Amino acid sequence: MTAPVRIVDTTLRDGSHAMAHRFTEQHVRDTVRALDDAGVSLVEVTHGDGLGGSTFNYGFSLVDERTLIAAAVEEARRARIAVLLLPGLGTVTDLRAAADLGAGAVRIATHCTEADVSVQHFTAARDLGLETVGFLMLSHMAEPETLAKQARIMADAGCQCVYVVDSAGALILEDASDRVAALVAELGDDAQVGYHGHQNLSFGVANSVLAHRAGARQIDGSLVALGAGAGNSPTEVLAATFERLGVETGVDKDALMDAADTVVKPFITRLPVMDRSSIVQGFAGVYSSFLLHAERAAERYGVPAHEILYRVGERRYVGGQEDMIIDIALELVEEKKNVAGA
Amino acid sequence: MTTPRAVAAIVGPGNIGTDLLAKLQRSDLVDVRYMVGVDPASEGLARAEALGVEASAGGVDWLLDRDETPDLVFDATSAKAHLAAAPRYAEAGIRAIDLTPAATGPFTCPVVAPPEHLEVPNVNMITCGGQATIPIVHAVSSVTDVPYAEIVASVSSRSAGPGTRANIDEFTETTARGLEVVGGAERGKAIIIINPMEPPMIMRDTVFCAIDPDADRAAIAQSIHDTARRVQEYVPGYTVKAEPQFDDPRPDWNGRARVGVFLEVAGNGDYLPTYAGNLDIMTAAAARIGELMAERLLGADSGPSTKAVYA
Repeated sequence: MTAPVRIVDTTLRDGSHAMAHRFTEQHVRDTVRALDDAGVSLVEVTHGDGLGGSTFNYGFSLVDERTLIAAAVEEARRARIAVLLLPGLGTVTDLRAAADLGAGAVRIATHCTEADVSVQHFTAARDLGLETVGFLMLSHMAEPETLAKQARIMADAGCQCVYVVDSAGALILEDASDRVAALVAELGDDAQVGYHGHQNLSFGVANSVLAHRAGARQIDGSLVALGAGAGNSPTEVLAATFERLGVETGVDKDALMDAADTVVKPFITRLPVMDRSSIVQGFAGVYSSFLLHAERAAERYGVPAHEILYRVGERRYVGGQEDMIIDIALELVEEKKNVAGA
Repeated sequence: MTTPRAVAAIVGPGNIGTDLLAKLQRSDLVDVRYMVGVDPASEGLARAEALGVEASAGGVDWLLDRDETPDLVFDATSAKAHLAAAPRYAEAGIRAIDLTPAATGPFTCPVVAPPEHLEVPNVNMITCGGQATIPIVHAVSSVTDVPYAEIVASVSSRSAGPGTRANIDEFTETTARGLEVVGGAERGKAIIIINPMEPPMIMRDTVFCAIDPDADRAAIAQSIHDTARRVQEYVPGYTVKAEPQFDDPRPDWNGRARVGVFLEVAGNGDYLPTYAGNLDIMTAAAARIGELMAERLLGADSGPSTKAVYA
């Protein structure tokens, strides 16, 4: 018998990037209610960059995330509400506030080689009685064995499920499943393994299937793929695919398709798409949420977004270094001036 | 002929203490007489001894037992150790420059410190990100109101020590407070990113300040450049990478405009590697504060009426 998989929805967190952090309370209420009705058991609601992410660097939230979290908790009857926390940006104080509002789970995200910065937060999360999930971001930047050692740090700190997070949508097939397999081998029964995909090179769902076959038991998706870059693996497609494969998900695929079409699609301001910039992100291994920031810098400084993104990839900037997008745009302007003047 | 120098001790013979020693050995104002640790096997103590500094693993007890106790002590240990030692330094009339997160004394930064900081028994050096960015926030807030200042510090993975990693919240919260208390912003927010790329990236810092749309942009830019030049006096590798960027108000900015300043902080490569500008700016700033205090102390010794006040 094939092992079941838990589909986790991040429309209201990763989707925050694609919405430039403009979610309203109504968007959140309607989406949570629909996901809850469809049987999704874990729903993530936070600023795209996690608790405390509402900033100049990442974009200010239209509505305070605490208001949105509280609304989500109110709407959810069966589902648990998760929040994202990036150590170095969000703090234990932010986490306590989210727990007070009724969040039942936290997903703590670090760059894939820097898991030790999360120990403090996992410790606090367990003390608060929260379900704990660890995110190893930009997983393509670390080899499977390296990644597994980092997963071990999180598990030892109290993390119950460590995710291979393909933040750049750069993993292709075995790139994903080899990493998942390495984590499964390392963690054994100590923690589950999860997979979070992006569609930049169109492998989100395929990688998710391979991840499940390699032992992943939690898989992320977003309705209508609403997420950073070219978006996430669509929740409704994951549900349909796993059902076809005979893998139990506990969710109702038709209800999810309906939620995608009638609840989420109407409020999306910019449908996720595999365009030049997002494909470059997948190819060059660039953190997906850099997309809108690169487009904005491109417009402000008159240099192409894909050129900025290629250079971000060359420099190996990691999640959170959105400020360097402006820095690179300024550099490109300077270079073009020099060429023009030569 | 040698001019008189203030006698100093460095407590904590790790990387920070060793780099600080290298910097202060060039000083005309501070004479590091003692290097103090607690582990007899410490390489840092051996290194200091080889440089002609009296080194001991006898801890604070040993230091306070010297015939000539120091005028200044640089504490590069831990918050816990500093909290225990601070009252003893104060009682012995020794000025403490605290490089730990203990922060028993006021936050200070060389280009911003008010003169009274040079007279108090204990000052705290905030954080590396604070030392790199607070001068810029202060440069802006001295021209126009800054309702909100935000900084992003990117440091190389190799330069982020176990203490920082175990309590990264302390960095973000302390730095944010420093942006307010010392930088002059109404509200501060700090973000730290640890980047593992090889070869290691040189520390980068970005400062964003919310400003009034009608603020005098030329005056702000001038103030930023002037301040950066003053930081360069003690951190030569402190660079404003591009002209300050002024952005007009956006819908999500509450009617405020924004100035963005992009900094690179390369270290001096004394003991720590040059990419670790984050660590270098801490030791350089501490050394600078020590020199300013020494100047004050030596001046007080030579003049009749300017006796140092231990507030």
